[in-house]
Amino acid sequence: MSYDASAGRLRAASGRGVAPYIAFGVLLLLVWWLWSSGMAAEILLYRDDIVYLTIQHVELVAWAGGLSILTGVPMGILLSRTFMRPVAELVMQVFNVGSTIPTLAILALSMSFLGIGTVPAVFGLWAATLLPIVHNTYAGMRSVSPHLVESARGMGMTPMQLLWRVELPNATFVIFSGIRTALTVCVGSAPLVFLVGAGGLGELIFTGISLDDLPMMLAGAIPTALFAVFVDFVVGQLQYHLVPRGINPHR
Amino acid sequence: MIRLENLTKHFGAPSDPIVAVDNVSLEVPTGEICVLLGPSGCGKTTTMKMINRLIQPTSGKVFIDGRDTSEVDPIQLRRSIGYVIQQIGLFPNKTIEDNICIVPDLLGWDRAKSRARARELLGLAGLEPDLFLRRYPAELSGGQQQRVGVLRALAADPPVMLMDEPFGAIDPINREVIQDEFLKLQREMRKTVIFVSHDLDEAVKMADKIAIFRSGKLEQYASPDELLAHPASPFIENFLGTDRALKRLRLVSVDCAMAKDFVCATPETAPAELCQRLKGARVPAALVVNADGVAEAIIDGERARQAHAALADLAEPVRATVPVTADVRQAVSLMLAHDMPVLPCTDEAGKVCGVVTFRSIVDSLRGGGEP
Repeated sequence: MSYDASAGRLRAASGRGVAPYIAFGVLLLLVWWLWSSGMAAEILLYRDDIVYLTIQHVELVAWAGGLSILTGVPMGILLSRTFMRPVAELVMQVFNVGSTIPTLAILALSMSFLGIGTVPAVFGLWAATLLPIVHNTYAGMRSVSPHLVESARGMGMTPMQLLWRVELPNATFVIFSGIRTALTVCVGSAPLVFLVGAGGLGELIFTGISLDDLPMMLAGAIPTALFAVFVDFVVGQLQYHLVPRGINPHR
Repeated sequence: MIRLENLTKHFGAPSDPIVAVDNVSLEVPTGEICVLLGPSGCGKTTTMKMINRLIQPTSGKVFIDGRDTSEVDPIQLRRSIGYVIQQIGLFPNKTIEDNICIVPDLLGWDRAKSRARARELLGLAGLEPDLFLRRYPAELSGGQQQRVGVLRALAADPPVMLMDEPFGAIDPINREVIQDEFLKLQREMRKTVIFVSHDLDEAVKMADKIAIFRSGKLEQYASPDELLAHPASPFIENFLGTDRALKRLRLVSVDCAMAKDFVCATPETAPAELCQRLKGARVPAALVVNADGVAEAIIDGERARQAHAALADLAEPVRATVPVTADVRQAVSLMLAHDMPVLPCTDEAGKVCGVVTFRSIVDSLRGGGEP
């Protein structure tokens, strides 16, 4: 098992070694094409819209993502407690079924009882983002070895000390993986909230599609893509640095 | 001192309980190691966990130094008792230093004091502090991890230690080494230790007292020697095995098993005189001892009687001796390996102070093991 793990780590490391160069090359080609075809100039006509809508977009993602972390992690912890054991699996099943509902449908449903604007948008994104966080927090907490819990209790830790000093630290890697997945889903779904009247970069994308206006569409799509890559990078770095070295397979 | 009084634990429905521990009473004097021994499922671990109240007794009481533990806050109680488990349970997210300092930190010790303590303990266990303090548990071998597990339990210097098969997961060679290290530490620290084991050899080696459990009941509570000499029931006799007398050999020192009234001779002694002197003695051979008190040769009494040659021709060289501090198991091993039914015993200076014979061993075993 340890052999497989180390082999996997090696492969991942060599993958990480090559992938950035390929991505960077593709990016250079794109930039070259944008400039040489005059597309860049046409996109930059939307500069003011891009700035305004990007801020709106980031705010929406921050609200939805932040709320889902603030609610999902405690929910996962709560479900992992001993007294929740009889219902925990059932609740997770319900969450799993819920996650099969497409984000667009969730947005439509939330619009039907919250109206239009920011509130149903944040609610919809929050609902779509919640599951991976709850799921990974729950799984991470349950995967903490019972021997660690026993020795911690045997040494006289209170239940809160056990949670904060033993269970949570040892679950952080799995929890962070869940947050990373969740935020990817959140950023990816964010353009859809234009459809419930919450704005964001989706406004440029959807309008561009409707008008068959390629520069307008790209003016929305390129910042959306860059933002997604940026968020994933930041969470990845946080995961790398915040998860203690003793339990961090990346270090 | 730890005293268990009619300790009982039932699991399951009160109407149809499963009796895990049935009315166990025993007393472990301060500074002694008590091994709870028995087959799996006999209630020994449950008994141990009722001492630090990881399991609540159904009835009965536990006293530590005369204090009823049911009247102490369980969190405070556990912080005052060292706890080691077979799976070690080092926290993988913490360094070795922080792992050792867990209980001191819980007790709110000054950081400098607890960190100095971690350094001191690693030194005691022969683990170079500068090399290990900053490492994580995953970077240590199994034996090293288990050493750290024991050190962690010792960190706040608790008077009482609970050890649940602490060396069970370690390979036999390392296990012997760690057992010896622990016994060495114990001779200095004099902790009161409850030690759960299912390994008879380990129990005989570690214990001052052994408590044998069978389906929740305490079958016998005695010193290892007494237990091996006088098993209280057929179950225990069976559990100890047919070679239990051999296991006792380790518990008896050569000092106690040797015959001090051995016969000295010189090569010039007349055979008839030697035969006369051996007749009254319990040892069937005489030693030739030089001026420094060192045994140089051995003369068999039987051969001296039959042959009428000079004793110098009958003297055989001393092929092995055994120090008086060794245990009888080592002495018997030397007797068998070197074909020496009469084995001279030497003190620190190398002087002969007695001889071990099969007769003297049997006599010493017959005498020992009384309560």
